Amino acid sequence: MSATIAVPNPSVWDRVRTYSPSRRYLPVVATFALFIGMFGAGGIRYEGFTDPQVFLSLLLDNSFLIVLAVGMTFVILSGGIDLSVGSVVALSTMIAAKTLEMGWSPYLSMVTVLVVGTLLGTLMGLLIHYLDIQPFIATLAGLFLARGLTYLISTESIPITDATFTELAFASITLPGGYYTTWTVVVALATVVVAAAVLARTRFGRTVYAVGGNEASAMLMGLRVAAVKVGVYAISGFCAALGGLLFGLYTLSGYSLHAVGMELDAIAAVVIGGTLLTGGRGFVVGSLLGVLVLGTIQTFISFDGTLNSWWTRIVIGALLLVFVVVQRLMTRRQT
Amino acid sequence: MTDTLDRAPAPERGAARPGLAGRLLGHQLLWPVLAIIVMLVIDVIANPSFLDVRIQDGHLYGNVIDIARNSAPVMLVALGMTLVIATRGIDLSVGAVAAIAAAVACTRIVESADEGAASATILASTTALAVCVLLGVWNGFLVSVLGIQPIIATLVLMVAGRGLAMLITDGQITTPTNDTFSNLASGFVLGLPIAFLIALGMVALTAVLTRRTALGMLIEAVGINPDASRLAGVRARTITWTVYVFGAVCAGLAGLIIAANTNSVNANSLGLWIELDAILAVVIGGTALTGGRFSLAGTVVGALLIATLVRTIPSIGIPSEANYLFKAFVVILVCLLQSPRARAALRVRGRRGAQPKAVAA
Amino acid sequence: MTHTQEQVVTVRPEPSQQPVVEMRDISITFGTVSALDRVSMRLFPGEVHALMGENGAGKSTLIKALTGVYTIDAGTIVVGGEEHEFHTPAAAQAAGISTVYQEVNLVPNLTVAENMLLGREPRRFGAINVRAMNRRARQTLERLGLDVNPGSLLGDHPIAVQQLVAIARAVDVDARVVILDEPTSSLDADEVEKLFDVMRRLREHGVAIVFVSHFLDQIYEIADRMTILRNGRLVEERMVAETSQLELVRLMIGRELEVLERLDRDQRQAAVSSETPVLKAVGLSRKGSLEATDLTLYEGEVVGVAGLLGSGRTELARLLFGADTADHGELEVRSSRRRLRSPRHAIDRKMAFSSEDRKAEGVIGDLTVADNMLLALQASRGWLRPIPQATRARLVRDYIQALDIRPADPDALMRNLSGGNQQKVLLARWLITDPDVLILDEPTRGIDIGAKTQIQTLVADLAAKGMAVVFISAELEEVLRLSHRVVVMRDRRKIRELPNDDVSVSDVLEIIAGEARQTEEGTA
Repeated sequence: MSATIAVPNPSVWDRVRTYSPSRRYLPVVATFALFIGMFGAGGIRYEGFTDPQVFLSLLLDNSFLIVLAVGMTFVILSGGIDLSVGSVVALSTMIAAKTLEMGWSPYLSMVTVLVVGTLLGTLMGLLIHYLDIQPFIATLAGLFLARGLTYLISTESIPITDATFTELAFASITLPGGYYTTWTVVVALATVVVAAAVLARTRFGRTVYAVGGNEASAMLMGLRVAAVKVGVYAISGFCAALGGLLFGLYTLSGYSLHAVGMELDAIAAVVIGGTLLTGGRGFVVGSLLGVLVLGTIQTFISFDGTLNSWWTRIVIGALLLVFVVVQRLMTRRQT
Repeated sequence: MTDTLDRAPAPERGAARPGLAGRLLGHQLLWPVLAIIVMLVIDVIANPSFLDVRIQDGHLYGNVIDIARNSAPVMLVALGMTLVIATRGIDLSVGAVAAIAAAVACTRIVESADEGAASATILASTTALAVCVLLGVWNGFLVSVLGIQPIIATLVLMVAGRGLAMLITDGQITTPTNDTFSNLASGFVLGLPIAFLIALGMVALTAVLTRRTALGMLIEAVGINPDASRLAGVRARTITWTVYVFGAVCAGLAGLIIAANTNSVNANSLGLWIELDAILAVVIGGTALTGGRFSLAGTVVGALLIATLVRTIPSIGIPSEANYLFKAFVVILVCLLQSPRARAALRVRGRRGAQPKAVAA
Repeated sequence: MTHTQEQVVTVRPEPSQQPVVEMRDISITFGTVSALDRVSMRLFPGEVHALMGENGAGKSTLIKALTGVYTIDAGTIVVGGEEHEFHTPAAAQAAGISTVYQEVNLVPNLTVAENMLLGREPRRFGAINVRAMNRRARQTLERLGLDVNPGSLLGDHPIAVQQLVAIARAVDVDARVVILDEPTSSLDADEVEKLFDVMRRLREHGVAIVFVSHFLDQIYEIADRMTILRNGRLVEERMVAETSQLELVRLMIGRELEVLERLDRDQRQAAVSSETPVLKAVGLSRKGSLEATDLTLYEGEVVGVAGLLGSGRTELARLLFGADTADHGELEVRSSRRRLRSPRHAIDRKMAFSSEDRKAEGVIGDLTVADNMLLALQASRGWLRPIPQATRARLVRDYIQALDIRPADPDALMRNLSGGNQQKVLLARWLITDPDVLILDEPTRGIDIGAKTQIQTLVADLAAKGMAVVFISAELEEVLRLSHRVVVMRDRRKIRELPNDDVSVSDVLEIIAGEARQTEEGTA
């Protein structure tokens, strides 16, 4: 394996070797190394794995998950958790499919989906902050509610045939070198960029970290804790709805059994991306890397052909374990 | 038995002991029990013969019996979950554990020499439960030894567990043919469904174990204040660990019953979201998610409430899949009823930020 | 805690200006309990105002009323001539009132600069301008004479620095009033000096500072005026310079001081004759908390441990009991030599330990008084052998009576008891296990004077019956009153051990001070 690792010129190597990232960035660096390592290993084992188009497909196949993970990052950074996102994705595909079937304008349909998702998130945030209901249980209600609404609209799968939607789904953007990507990827990456800017450079973003670090302190510091705690769930709801739209574009259907358990993938991606599940530490970029790691596992398995799909879950579980244990040991050493 | 079961925290109303009516009104289980009654009344209005129970082949049949039988898996999982929650924990992996147990049992039965023999079921179920003990030990290790937050620690098995179950069944829907096994779900003893009796048996066993010994008090102590308990010499680690093992065994039993009900195991969907139903049952029963005092009777009522709800929805002409919607409302309602803030807001204008606290000296 | 006033105190004349804050007749009740009853307080610009009172006097409630954490039930708060009622800390901050709490209320996962400026960061085009923020933070820190890198994570600094950053945050708001609620309790002498330096600078800028501290010497060093509370009521407002320490103590604890003094005379100097060692620790140490320490306990004696917070006194207790595991050293209990790896081992060897942190490490709030009392005994019996009903009832009844626990209801929930009664229940928890060695870390902290006296009497009685007691307290008088032998600690080690014959508080203080050496450590 060492043979394929390109030997960088010494000056860069020196810089790499002597560069010690602030402890804050260590988890993200670790995830990045993991991703590169996996991709490299895939390149050695399977022909065509390192083709840039494989990487682009990775983004394409996981664009919705990236968006979900971004929303989840906000929630987890604030010290909460959102179990409802998978169900909200299903609800979003269903609302889109149903309204399009009823002949609504595709734009109105999209706006409706986003508004519903954001409202659901806001509602959960209100329950969590103002009634002191644990995030876990409030978003559990959200999970049931969204899934129930989906069933209420239709128990059958509804295909999406609207011209604008299909066009969006299939339109490809040609990149130099003959590679291509889709608008869904652009949307997903744009979400990451916007989220990263919000978290790093706005009062809202910094307050998210403060609340996750110590909510009581944030309150006593006179920060707008309420706005943040409700806000992160609204953002997560919005991201889940947006992810739902992307998922709808990906599958071109609305179905009540879509995205079952996707909240687990989103949470796993965030944790593997180095965000502390107890809140206060982590980066959106890490979550993006986390999704890419999950996607690479899947690509691995599909390239291999002899491995069965359930290995994906087992490997994700194992990775989760490693990250959780390492996080635990690191925080233990600090205290 | 209710005497043993019911040591739910009495509502605090100052020093004065309320009378019988007051105790009844203030009782934690008043609302869930009322809810069950209301649902049954609605059922009777929709279908006047809903409550009828008839005897056929010496067995009891009827909607009520069905409710009892169908409540068994959730009741079992919730039973384990109650103790886990009492220690300030939570076990998200129970659905996956149930799937693994079912997968192990079914594949063992199918692989055994005489697929129809009762011994095959006994051997297979024992193996399955032994596997559950191991899974519980794993969860307990992460939580009590490594000190990882329960919700995170059990997430690992929740994610990986279904993969493991599919590994065991090789991704196939395994369908054993064994009468003893299917009797776990559909059989009757003394006219009552075996599944319900198993669940009740476990409840009774747990009640005796926790309330007739000091286990319950020690679990509560650990749940309320782990540090203080450790300094008082309580083996908090052992207790926490035990509780996760117990939770996994309960989940395994539930998995066996679910698999027996359909005589098949689909590792992908068996016990899906049962952890959420179980947590819901526990919360309905008045055990706080923050740990501490627990009520087994409450959990039984909670599981029955969920089963009644699931039965009621189709009987009044709503598609049964919509039960999620109603569960959502139940969750919100229960939370509202239990949230001190919501109650304060309902009663009088609350004092902002001033949590009632013991006044120092 | 000398009884004569030695320090030179800057006598400040009654300011002619209007008070910046005037709280009049403030009342707050929690449920049925009155926490504050018509209390008034005035704050003038450019003064350090000490808020004095025993634990439970209502100091923190009054502070929280001023900072908007609690809403007041009656009374008025006038700030800068305008009447206000604060409902949130943010509202109070907007009116120029900032607070630094004992447990630093900042977030460890953000930088120093962010902690100082969170919520009012300089922005450019809507985005936070990190450079400007760090610059402004550095300026403020420099103004206070603090050398801290604004870009470093707050959590990487010791508590003392975090505390100073918290003050810097308060100052940055251009606060008119800064409230310091027990900021010195975990600081060493150098750090306290640094803090006082910052406080003096603020005073010169005309800021009114409310200062809460349990160290009387600190009050006399820095404060100008004080308001004294007792049991939720105002006792008096005084100029510090016009009040002697003895007078102040009397005002704070009321007439019951005489009771204490009597107890003092009665109990001191009771000699012990026993030569039987119960516990022998040799070279007990743990990295970062205690340097190698020897200690021997004999039957029937009370060993007092004196030392300031962070001196290693609590750490010693925890190592003796196995609450923390020792890196090195040997512990011999009743001549069985084994390392104690957990409290269980210690309890099995008939030891008992009451932690200084009653709430976090003692009380099981949602269990009944009876369950709390029987917890340790039950734990050592194991869950399979519940204590028989009759025994339970008898034990609980006896101890409720013997320790005068109120309410005398075994089924009352522990969290509804007052601090003093909770402490008594915790003592009962250990007495029920019939220990040979009883380690008490600050058993009288934060409880009312009546319960305090009862506990002190109890300790003396227990020793008289042959129990070996380790008694740790921040109050030197209390340590000296009860102990047969005194161990003085400093800088995480034992510096002196002396028989308690006519040792005075100032003797002990001199020992502590005599060993003075510059040290970076001392943060608890």
